[in-house]
Amino acid sequence: MATVEVTFTPLPAHVRTARLVATAVARRSGVDESLLDEVRLAVGEACSRAVEAHRRHCPAEPVRIEMTDQDQRFVVTVSDHAPTVPARSPAPATDNGIHDAAGHDGAGHDGTGHDGTGYEAIGHDGGLAIPAGFGLAVISGLAEDVRVLSTSSGVSVRMSWPSTAAAS
Amino acid sequence: MDLKLGHYNKDGIEVVDVEGEIDVYTAPRLRELLIDLVNKNNYQLIVNMEKVEFLDSTGLGVLVGGLKRVRAHDGSLDLVCTQERILKIFRITGLTKVFGIHETVDQAIAAKKSEK
Repeated sequence: MATVEVTFTPLPAHVRTARLVATAVARRSGVDESLLDEVRLAVGEACSRAVEAHRRHCPAEPVRIEMTDQDQRFVVTVSDHAPTVPARSPAPATDNGIHDAAGHDGAGHDGTGHDGTGYEAIGHDGGLAIPAGFGLAVISGLAEDVRVLSTSSGVSVRMSWPSTAAAS
Repeated sequence: MDLKLGHYNKDGIEVVDVEGEIDVYTAPRLRELLIDLVNKNNYQLIVNMEKVEFLDSTGLGVLVGGLKRVRAHDGSLDLVCTQERILKIFRITGLTKVFGIHETVDQAIAAKKSEK
């Protein structure tokens, strides 16, 4: 199946659109119905963090999401262009690490030292409601294959789920 | 509207009905409502999630924030939810241990009363 690519202005209102498109493309790729909720949630999380990162660093730049079939897997990559900022978490800041955050332990520490998840925005009254990086932890618990590529020019979150070749 | 919010008082407990999708776009409205309720001295809250169709970590953050606010006044925030698709994100994040989650509003209210 050919790639479907969507770019959108980094507005929270568009995250739902991206979720719906990804779910529709996943279904068309042959991803099992029972996994579509996970696709919807994981893609939403990845887009939310990208949107918040852009709103803070580059609000005029669009967020990009690419969806394709590769080797009987439905692959989604959400890319942002927000520069990596110095870590606030204890994790060391890595500029060009490629990490596998696969596994369902839900504690997916991505080790990028990247605080661009934007969930600090929830804690306006002083303090995080939930820790930064929570979105990526949720994604790790939803997709068996998650890779976060973090460079000084942005972050890509690549997730995949099994799909059936017959649907292409 | 992506998110519909309503609230009413029952037996001295403020019940918040949430319908629709809670995500990065709609969550701020829920957050504002919870803040507003606490500012009006409602510290015993129940959030009814039975009609929630989507919840992500932004929504979780709002609920955790609400819980922290009421706890600062020795209050509580419990949830009503039987939908597996919504409970899943609570499980993944371990928040099933943080929130009281009940099957109906009446059960949630009864649980609060028995705590007193």
